[in-house]
Amino acid sequence: MTVMGMSLLDFARGPAINTAMAVFVLGVLWRLVSLLGLPRSVDRSRPKAGVPSAPMAALAGIWRHMGTPRGFGPMSMFQVFNGWIFHVGLAVIVFGFAQHMLFLKGLFGLSWPVLPTSVITLAAYVTLASLVAALVRRMTHPVLRLLSTGNDYVSWLVTVLPVVTGLLAVSHLGARYETLLALHILSIALLLVWFPFGKLMHAFLVFITRAETGMTYARRGVKT
Amino acid sequence: MNAPAPIDVKAATRAFLAQTEEHMNAYLEACVHCGQCSEACHFHKASGDPRHTPAYKLFPIAKAQRAQKWPLKWLGLAPAITEKDLAEWEELIFDTCTMCGRCTEVCPMAIDIASIVGQARKAFVAAGLGPADLLQAAENSRDHGSPLGLTPEKLVDRVEWLADDDEVDMPLDKERAEVLLTVSSIEAMKYPQSLSAMAKILNHAGVDWTFSTTGYEATNFGYLSGKADIAKVMIQRILDAAEKTGAKTVVIPECGHAYGVLRWGAANIIGRPLPFEVLHITEYMAKLKRAGKLKLKPYDTPMTYHDPCQISRRGGATEDARYLLDGFATHFTEMAPTGAHNWCCGGGGGVQAMSRAAPLRHKVFQIKIDQVAATGTDTLVSACANCRLTFDESKTALHWEGKLESIVEIIADHLVED
Repeated sequence: MTVMGMSLLDFARGPAINTAMAVFVLGVLWRLVSLLGLPRSVDRSRPKAGVPSAPMAALAGIWRHMGTPRGFGPMSMFQVFNGWIFHVGLAVIVFGFAQHMLFLKGLFGLSWPVLPTSVITLAAYVTLASLVAALVRRMTHPVLRLLSTGNDYVSWLVTVLPVVTGLLAVSHLGARYETLLALHILSIALLLVWFPFGKLMHAFLVFITRAETGMTYARRGVKT
Repeated sequence: MNAPAPIDVKAATRAFLAQTEEHMNAYLEACVHCGQCSEACHFHKASGDPRHTPAYKLFPIAKAQRAQKWPLKWLGLAPAITEKDLAEWEELIFDTCTMCGRCTEVCPMAIDIASIVGQARKAFVAAGLGPADLLQAAENSRDHGSPLGLTPEKLVDRVEWLADDDEVDMPLDKERAEVLLTVSSIEAMKYPQSLSAMAKILNHAGVDWTFSTTGYEATNFGYLSGKADIAKVMIQRILDAAEKTGAKTVVIPECGHAYGVLRWGAANIIGRPLPFEVLHITEYMAKLKRAGKLKLKPYDTPMTYHDPCQISRRGGATEDARYLLDGFATHFTEMAPTGAHNWCCGGGGGVQAMSRAAPLRHKVFQIKIDQVAATGTDTLVSACANCRLTFDESKTALHWEGKLESIVEIIADHLVED
């Protein structure tokens, strides 16, 4: 298969991924600049005595919302655990797989030890199962059904596609390896293009919102 | 019968966009629609209605913000808010959110939904929406000094009566005083002994204090009803009274939202730091106890303590109540969850003043009944007259046989006088 006179794989790892990375970087910068450039309210209330410094409070806020606080009372923990599983799973796949590390090394010049392919494959199956479980819950739980918009489903799809195409490529299933690899890279390009404009942007925003809430609550002396 | 006034969508949109600010927009953009907050919300727990999910309450303001964002606006990809949106969300923004902040505790993005609901109410009011009784309470505050008819004359009358009846000195309009003591009209009109109890405690500790007839009402229904102009008027009255008397400390009575607004919101509403310290009565009593000025006989009744949300979870004064109870309440059992994680009473954020919200409030009280029952006690002590009134009404509606107490009143009743 050829695109613009080049093989699909050359297209995917050439213009497609390069354009997608440019959209990703510029899009994320645009989102962050347009957000952080907004007017900021100044808190003029008198802070409680002995509260931590703003950077410490920000870090504490980021840490604190990693899970449900102890003593909060009964909560369904499926969402928390499942969320952890696919987030960690994705991180293991992205940074632990040798080929991914080599790709990132080509971009940033950094390398690190990687995990055996069998471990990555297992992580990918677990992540896939976790993402499917998240989708099933989203489509069946009354609260999640009400909250969900197209953004949620598109974000799910562009996240799951690289996992599926990656597994197919590693397993050489369904088509020639070059075609599967090209589809995998194209699915990542799609993820990168969608990232800044959909809810995947939470990967950056999470540090801002948790830090700001952490600082507000610390100023008040709230210990949660 | 008059036709209902049209909903002013443009005014609501303007009010939504006037809130544009980095913190708020970050929160609105960050929600991942995970729905965790639904389980933290007492209204959702009581009703099971998915619409009561806290994150869902943010939809109109998020929609208004998105609709003006380039390039979505330019491409026509983000619809504007509609009359239908505003009509549908009115109940969600007012009746089913007490701005208690429990949802933020479990939010993986730490979104401060309570503060956004507080801001969103302004837009609904600008559109001509909002519960009539809540809006009336705000107007009463501006026009008559308090939401519940506690005019300056009535305050004088109440104070004179209480001082006489309870044989306690209750200074009013002293020219200079170290401490300005404010009141909640809920206390003054429904639980007046709470005023004389505060006076007894301050007198016992030898505090130089006064009430003021020009700045006495601590509750701020301007804030709760989304009427920013009234919120400012109420704060300014206390500010002027404190400056006139030279008070270094303004003490907020047993009222959670009064504390939240004056302690954490007032300086931002008037645009300058307050020239005095603001302390909730539990914080002030703890300060007196630390200074050895509060001598108490033991309180032996088996009891549990309800943390008012604005004082504990959003106020940071959780430990002061414990410090007061420590060594005093000999049979104190913590409820679970407690402290900053406690379930809300269901009547904060002005919800207590909305008569149409009463049936759902009563359902919420079942959560508290179960919490109290699990402690094995039947006395529920709190530090908020609004929580107390909410409990009181629901107690009658649900025929609960437990007892409601105020921490100020039990402390006043157990002072050791030399």
